[in-house]
Amino acid sequence: MAKSAEMQKFKGTPGQIRRQRIERTGAIVISLVLAAWILVNLLKSPQQVAQVAVLGLRNGLLYALIALGYTLVYGIIELINFAHGDLFMLSAIFSSYFITVWFKQDESNPAGWLTFISALFAVMAFGAVINVLIERLAYRRLRNAPRLAPLITAVGMSFLLNFIGLKWNGSTPRQWPSVIPNNDIYIGEVRINMTTILLLLVGVPLLLALNFIVTNTKSGKAMRATAQDKQAAALMGINVNKTIAFTFAIGGAMAGAAGLLYQQSIGTTNYNLGFQLGLIAFTSAVLGGIGNLWGAVVGALLIGLVQGLNDGLPIAFGQQWSQTVVFAILITILVFKPAGLLGKVTTEKV
Amino acid sequence: MTAMLEVKNIEVAYGKIVAVKDVSLTVNQGEIVTLIGSNGAGKSTTLRTISGLLKPRKGEITFKGERIDGKPGHTIVSAGICQSPEGRRIFPRMSARENLELGAFLRNDKAGVAADMERVLDLFPHLRERIEQRAGTMSGGEQQMLAVSRALMGAPSLLLLDEPSMGLAPILVEAIFDTIVKIREQGTTILLIEQNAMVALEVADRAYVMESGEVKMSGKASDLKKDEAITKAYLGGH
Ligand SMILES: Nc1ncnc2c1ncn2[C@@H]1O[C@H](COP(=O)(O)OP(=O)(O)OP(=O)(O)O)[C@@H](O)[C@H]1O
Ligand SMILES: [Mg+2]
Repeated sequence: MAKSAEMQKFKGTPGQIRRQRIERTGAIVISLVLAAWILVNLLKSPQQVAQVAVLGLRNGLLYALIALGYTLVYGIIELINFAHGDLFMLSAIFSSYFITVWFKQDESNPAGWLTFISALFAVMAFGAVINVLIERLAYRRLRNAPRLAPLITAVGMSFLLNFIGLKWNGSTPRQWPSVIPNNDIYIGEVRINMTTILLLLVGVPLLLALNFIVTNTKSGKAMRATAQDKQAAALMGINVNKTIAFTFAIGGAMAGAAGLLYQQSIGTTNYNLGFQLGLIAFTSAVLGGIGNLWGAVVGALLIGLVQGLNDGLPIAFGQQWSQTVVFAILITILVFKPAGLLGKVTTEKV
Repeated sequence: MTAMLEVKNIEVAYGKIVAVKDVSLTVNQGEIVTLIGSNGAGKSTTLRTISGLLKPRKGEITFKGERIDGKPGHTIVSAGICQSPEGRRIFPRMSARENLELGAFLRNDKAGVAADMERVLDLFPHLRERIEQRAGTMSGGEQQMLAVSRALMGAPSLLLLDEPSMGLAPILVEAIFDTIVKIREQGTTILLIEQNAMVALEVADRAYVMESGEVKMSGKASDLKKDEAITKAYLGGH
């Protein structure tokens, strides 16, 4: 016994080795199944695969912007902020009012584009302020309470925002005009519409900016330190409350931007949007390893892609199975990799 | 001598558990003062309260003439008090260098920070070799050196050390106490908690002995070293 333990010393305990083996087998099987599925479709209609992949990735980018808010907040205070999806929903409604009602823009012209850009700043500020207020008024007081208390509060907060959304938007979906040009560009046979390009133009810089803030700025350093050990962070002179508020602010700003992009590309708002997209975004964060920033992005792109392929390919389960497919993949991956794709078992954070 | 830090009759509790009752102590400019006492006596609680991680229920704390009790931790750091806490509390997922940089979080004098980085790496040459290593993967002793260095990076006027020799090999214990003396010579006042009372009394000017949340005895370190009760209780007795 002692001898075999000695021999395995360099690879980890027998349990870890078994775990690694299971993970590897699982990864290979899942990748093979996915590859086979895509291959069959590729043979049938390559152009369509590319087309739906683009759409899927576009949605994935939108999910990523929302997922970051879940993962940032979880990373810093280990709270699943159930209200985050609803913040996205309110941001979408805010954007609609900003562009259509307050500034009365309904066409794709320079005035419309200018309003869009102002709306982007406004809605990011809106998301940031609301999220900071939620933290300030509710979660901060419960920071040292048993973990169930803030969790329940987050659920309550979600209901509250939902109610505001219901009053603001009305109980039925509302259509809004878009100020984004509706012409398309073609890459080969693949059609890419303007909203996709806009999502890339806004979403990718936002992700890069966030990454820069977290890895290179003083505030980012304070965030990472606070995520690892709040008391030690305070002993470094870091203002822990301010740092947590800042984290909520950037998470909220991302959800705000997502709200505008969604509203302008899909054109419809509804009070229960937060539940639908929030769930998918939260799933993305878990899939990627909650608390891990790039994990959330990878998870979101993957879910967007799989959803896109499933909904749009000739050989697939089809749209009515969309959610089922997403969650089946989530569960399968979590079985093999419980901490998510990029998460470490030791809860890797921020 | 002027009192740099004055703790007056503080009482500190964790919920219903009163960990510190009616503790008073002073630290004068340029001194090394040590806080010794048995496990659970309330030493770390006292230090945490000075650093603003806990709020006293009663009493007051003044630093350089200003009330600091009840203020948040970061304000106290900016006032000039840094702590190397019990259990090291280094940031495990950051490199040693990042940990040290965080120690200087509030400082804006780049040149001064760089000079202090050199200074602590001279104090602990061992750290220099490991500067890019993830702190969580460092050995206990290395982490301890890192924790002390990190506190020094804040260029404190008062340095609080909670068991800095914890987990260190005997030779390193000696090194760390040499370092403590050196730090004082460089102008930093020190309040030190130490299990190893003998060594602590060796380097300290004055000492406070705590027991069950109260100060039981205090005085010049050299006197306490001769005190029979102390010798019996904390120094292994002869
Ligand atoms: N977070 C906490 N919650 C509840 N009780 C605590 C907490 N921290 C410390 N205590 C209690 O407060 C008392 C004083 O603890 P403290 O850590 O200050 O002792 P200490 O003198 O530093 O002991 P040691 O020499 O073992 O480090 C102990 O009885 C301890 O159990
Ligand atoms: Mg202690």
